Amino acid sequence: PPSEFFRQKLFVMSKLRVLVGVKRVVDYAVRVRVAPDASGVDLSSVKMSMNPFCEIACEEAIKLKEAGVASEVVAVSVGPKQSVETLRSALAMGADRAVHVATELRLDQELQPLATARLLAEVAKREAPDLVILGKQAIDGDNATTGPMLAELLQWPHVTFASKVDVAADGASATIDRETDAGIDTVKVDLPCLVTADLRLNTPRYPKLPNIMKAKKKPLEALDAADLGVDLTVVNAVTSVKAPPPRPPGVTVANVDELLDKLKTEAKVLS
Amino acid sequence: VGDPPNAPSPAQRRGRRLRLRKTMLRRGVLQRAAAQLGGVRAPRAALSTAAAVGSLSDEQTAVREMVRSFAENTIFPVAADHDKTHAFPWGIVEQLGELGLMGTCVPDDRGGAGLDAVSYAIAVEEISRGCASCGAIMSVHNSLYCDVVNAFGAQTTNHPDPASFFQTFLEPYARGAKVGCFGLSEPANGSDAAAASMTARRDGDDSWILNGTKAWTTNSIVASGAVVFATTDKALKHKGITCFVVDTSSPGFSFGAPEDKLGIKASTTANLILEDVRVPSTQILGREGEGFKIAMKALDAGRIGIAAQALGIAQASLDVAAKYAGDRTAFGKPIASLYAIQLKLSEMACRLEAARLLTWRAAAAKDAGEPYSKHAAMAKLCASEAATFCAHQAIQVLGGMGFVSDMPAERYYRDARITEIYEGTSEIMHLVVATNLLKEYAALDVALPAAPTVGKVGHDTATPGDEPSLRSAAVGGG
Repeated sequence: PPSEFFRQKLFVMSKLRVLVGVKRVVDYAVRVRVAPDASGVDLSSVKMSMNPFCEIACEEAIKLKEAGVASEVVAVSVGPKQSVETLRSALAMGADRAVHVATELRLDQELQPLATARLLAEVAKREAPDLVILGKQAIDGDNATTGPMLAELLQWPHVTFASKVDVAADGASATIDRETDAGIDTVKVDLPCLVTADLRLNTPRYPKLPNIMKAKKKPLEALDAADLGVDLTVVNAVTSVKAPPPRPPGVTVANVDELLDKLKTEAKVLS
Repeated sequence: VGDPPNAPSPAQRRGRRLRLRKTMLRRGVLQRAAAQLGGVRAPRAALSTAAAVGSLSDEQTAVREMVRSFAENTIFPVAADHDKTHAFPWGIVEQLGELGLMGTCVPDDRGGAGLDAVSYAIAVEEISRGCASCGAIMSVHNSLYCDVVNAFGAQTTNHPDPASFFQTFLEPYARGAKVGCFGLSEPANGSDAAAASMTARRDGDDSWILNGTKAWTTNSIVASGAVVFATTDKALKHKGITCFVVDTSSPGFSFGAPEDKLGIKASTTANLILEDVRVPSTQILGREGEGFKIAMKALDAGRIGIAAQALGIAQASLDVAAKYAGDRTAFGKPIASLYAIQLKLSEMACRLEAARLLTWRAAAAKDAGEPYSKHAAMAKLCASEAATFCAHQAIQVLGGMGFVSDMPAERYYRDARITEIYEGTSEIMHLVVATNLLKEYAALDVALPAAPTVGKVGHDTATPGDEPSLRSAAVGGG
């Protein structure tokens, strides 16, 4: 029918614009230690890199661009000036533009998910994307809430823990697989929507050397968090941070009977 | 009245002027080519100055992060297998090509990544930290094939088609689709490079016939292209050597049997055998007779690559030793708490860091277009000796575990050894450094402090000005 024809024509002319959120966190390989004054994790002279789930989110956006589904990928990061390095990594992977929202608040404690979501909502209002992809959680806070909160602020549907994203040919909907404890959940969602990336969505690429050089020339817009009209008051203050108690060494048991005995009498988990 | 009897005629004088002009022009072209091989890029000079004092630019840091994580994720799991099976690591080489690492310094319009020498040194170091064989393959392919073809290709007068020359002999190599090798050493001469016994005789106007054997060629057997050096005019001695790039599938071109080496076992080393191989004149690099100069320039740049390879091996040795020392306990404590081990680790770290700064210094000088032969030789010398030292000490720190293939220390020990030999033995490096050093001293009148004028027998009654002394007139004896 003519309406379908014109809808498809419109899609061909305007592909999706994708916004990707990336966060600068402690590198996943670092063995973190708590600061001596129990104020938090010791971040001084610790290696920082892009959150692994954010890398996966960025990779998915770039794959959509390479597949011809997306026309532009914009990376956004909230954080100190070093977050610009994280944005450059996103640009080196293939993002077209970057937006840096500058704040000196500690990303793992003082800047909390709702504030982050509000800041990203402001950026989304300016960028007007069709699809927002975030990592499912950041490995410092492990809150996994920024994505759903942002979707609610934008009044968009959201799909979390995505392990497969297929955008329909007309760009009006997507079929997404979600990894849940009960198994793979397949949902169809209308665009615009927000997706959070899970581990098995893709394998992030290594940026090629020529792209690392080109990243420097791509546009990077700097905004200040204080100028975006978002209340950044710390709502939940962290009073102290402790390392988990060291695990006691395990015991080898001779047979199943001994195991049952220990579970009943020592661990007291069986009656 | 008139000219002296043996004066040159006007025609002779004109001829001389023309030849002089040609020589000056040629020198300019050679200098520009050398500068190209030296990777001159004015804007990067600032980048490289920072590297010269040990800090890296954002791009160099990004390159290091990317190559390091690639090496850790992709090369670490398979490096020991490469060493055991001696199989050429095609999978890794393909991925290096995709990442742009097989044409690191080749300009992007010729298929490369267009990076500076410091970034290249960083990349080779990180790859070699994973697998020294991959580092050797990458370094020889980049410095001794791609950069040489890029700097000196299609320079013969009236070259019919430079674009198609680079399409054939550079672009697929810079992309990593094909591998290149470098044949300079021969069975009868290694350090004595000027005595090239491979010959090239003219065949018609536009080709040459090459005959001879090249030895110890890294990347041979898998190579599609070879840069070789042949004597075109024996009477001119080292000025009679010409550099050619040869397609290894040419009739008459064959490879010898692969060498069974102590280390870098995954890299293929074999002889190149040329029997009446026809090479078109369009495949001369530089011009006829410039082969020796090109070889020396190529090796200067290659030394930075080999120094970087040695740094990677040294860093890997330090990593394994330090980690093991933290984990292994003896006498109730980790052995890292014992001074004997700490001394070893400190020595390893000092030599490694010093060698790294020397390597970056040489690479930064190359980027800035400054002469860098002395620093490249120093870098290769110090880095290779640091590698053998660190690998040796790493085995010592690991004890018995250092001697078995379960831990990589024994592989590092075997891989490190070649870095003191190829692309210029340590003895030749000392020669290069000393020659350059003495040239510097010969050019300057270096000040030395004066000898004492008081307290010597017979001098107490001397009046000032009696004694001639080296430049002490201003210092004054009174």
